[in-house]
Amino acid sequence: MQKPEEIYFFGTCLIDLLFPKAGLAGMQLIREAGVRVIFPRNQTCCGQPAFNSGYRHEALDVARALLACFPRDIPLVVPSGSCAGMIKQHWPELFAGEADEKQARAIAARTYELTEFLDKVLQLELNDLGAPMQIAIHTSCSARREMGVADSIEALVAQLDKVEVLEQARKPECCGFGGTFAVKQADISGAMVQDKTDSLRATGAERVISQDCGCLMNIGGAFAKQGNQPPATQHIAEFLWERTHATD
Amino acid sequence: MQQTEAFHQRIDQALDNDQARRNFRSAMSGLMEGRAAQFPDDVELQALRDQARAIRQYALSKQPQLLEQLERQLTANGIQVHWAEDAEQANEIIYQILKGAGAKTVVKGKSMVSEETELNHYLDQRGLEVLESDLGEYIIQLAEEPPSHIVQPAIHKNRFEVAELFQKFHPELGYTDDVDQLTLAARQILREKFATADAGISGVNFAVAETGTLCLVENEGNGRLSTTAPRLHIAITGVEKVVEKLSDVPPLLEILTKSATGQPITTYFNMISRPRQADELDGPEAVHLVLLDNGRSRIRIDEELLDTLRCIRCGACINHCPVYVQLGGHAYGTVYPGPIGIALEPQRIGIDKVGTLTSACSLCGACGEVCPVRIPLPKLINRLRAEAVDGLRSDTTVRGHGSLRKSTEAKTWWLWQQLYTHPGLYRLFTWFATRLRGLTPPRLGGWTRYRSAPRPAARPLRELARQEGFRDE
Repeated sequence: MQKPEEIYFFGTCLIDLLFPKAGLAGMQLIREAGVRVIFPRNQTCCGQPAFNSGYRHEALDVARALLACFPRDIPLVVPSGSCAGMIKQHWPELFAGEADEKQARAIAARTYELTEFLDKVLQLELNDLGAPMQIAIHTSCSARREMGVADSIEALVAQLDKVEVLEQARKPECCGFGGTFAVKQADISGAMVQDKTDSLRATGAERVISQDCGCLMNIGGAFAKQGNQPPATQHIAEFLWERTHATD
Repeated sequence: MQQTEAFHQRIDQALDNDQARRNFRSAMSGLMEGRAAQFPDDVELQALRDQARAIRQYALSKQPQLLEQLERQLTANGIQVHWAEDAEQANEIIYQILKGAGAKTVVKGKSMVSEETELNHYLDQRGLEVLESDLGEYIIQLAEEPPSHIVQPAIHKNRFEVAELFQKFHPELGYTDDVDQLTLAARQILREKFATADAGISGVNFAVAETGTLCLVENEGNGRLSTTAPRLHIAITGVEKVVEKLSDVPPLLEILTKSATGQPITTYFNMISRPRQADELDGPEAVHLVLLDNGRSRIRIDEELLDTLRCIRCGACINHCPVYVQLGGHAYGTVYPGPIGIALEPQRIGIDKVGTLTSACSLCGACGEVCPVRIPLPKLINRLRAEAVDGLRSDTTVRGHGSLRKSTEAKTWWLWQQLYTHPGLYRLFTWFATRLRGLTPPRLGGWTRYRSAPRPAARPLRELARQEGFRDE
């Protein structure tokens, strides 16, 4: 698609409360590329937590409230593979047979995950101003499989001259977050994130980057609990903004 | 709830077993690499998946007619067909056939459907001697354990554990933990049984309606021996295994073996079409097929759940599951473990019988990505979660639906719904949560057993965005 004049930005509930700088960096990257970014003030959540827990009535109600925030026919950009995937892949199913099914399908069709939008639509050209750094990329399962956009984060980072990407073992394997899974099956999730953090540490990378704050909350939280000089964790938007706006 | 408690106990046990977890990790890595090596060209792989999906989907849509045709063809070929509604009926039919033939000893090829009916136990109780002839099945028969994987039943054991078992049951062969020596030992033990057994029992991978052919995929030759050496052969399979025509078999076989074990083709592929004829020197004098329903017809009613029955039992979803690799198969407590088990078992035996099985999935999608017949496993698992708490917005045929609905959980989601459908309330919530972030509890149940607690930022995104001059229409 052509570069649009303006877009809606859905910050997601997780980013709004816990990782606002990631959302802000995403909005700034898009604005800098000459696109007007609209942040509808009534946005809350896409409905994913309830949908993945079986509570579809509740999920539908929340999704419907969000649906009302994006009335105009402009792209919707989401800085999260799983929230973008919820809207793009699951809203049509969730709204099936409802009066607003058509609107839900229309929004699904114009929903983009952030890295996909930066890489494929804006075709962002990045000028790396940062110091040499070795990082590892964790691709969220939703970005990889549900949205099929795992190559975009790699392509964006590949533009950064001084950043070297180290490959961890079993890269496509889930980090164990899975939303309410991490609470309902805490011990399985704990075993999974242990394996994931082990493989990330083994690369020697000083930072772990991802497109999903759910994964980062899981991986970063485990690193913090483990201690022992873990790598830092950061959302891709914040990382890109930092690398292209180095102040030192 | 009893099932849920038992499930969590099994999970704890599984996670505590470091040796088994290492065994699973190394085995699953090997299986994933093996599969990947068989599909170097993604375009070809996706085309083959489309083809396999279409074959299986068509067969399911025409299943009643195809089963009738299959019965006609098999009967014309001299194979006797029996229909079983449930496990008990299937077991009884098989027992009566064996009894009628005066059979006392049985060799078995690998069959997950017979695990489903607990056939060994049934025949054992009635005084028959049943010997599993697949090496993996033989190992777990000695260990008195159920399979931990649908293709590799003893994958949870390493060679040292197998060596110990053989030492215990066959001290005369001497201790060895060399894999080739162990295989030779098993061969020695089993060959003798093949020669003397009264009957052989096997499963079926594909039953071809057009020709009345029973296809059996295997690697050890034990399937061939079980179905040809004894004078009586009884095959048992699920009704969904029927396919329309012989030309359906090559693509299914190709994608089955490549997906399952990373083999371009298995060592043995058997096509059984009739008992021994007058001018033939070997083969069984009588062949029977038991077609088992056991809940499958109920699954067929629902257009979405029907997809579950496309399964060709390759186990690729299991091999790629990040939860299975941590737990192994026994923790699931069901006949079929892993993603296909989570999708199939609640439907087959009822949600109330499997506890919180569907929660043992992070919805990562790895299973759906590799399934050779494109079963949308994450979607089915999500659907069954909704079934479990009666969260669906339509009628359902799934047994035990709603049995996991708890009022506290339902109320929590109701509160969540209130918060996120009232933007003013939500803004108030984030205002307080960010200002009072110092009060965030340091412990949050299971989450903080493995991670530090998340802490709200100093200001929510909406406030930062407004400060930076973004429009908030």
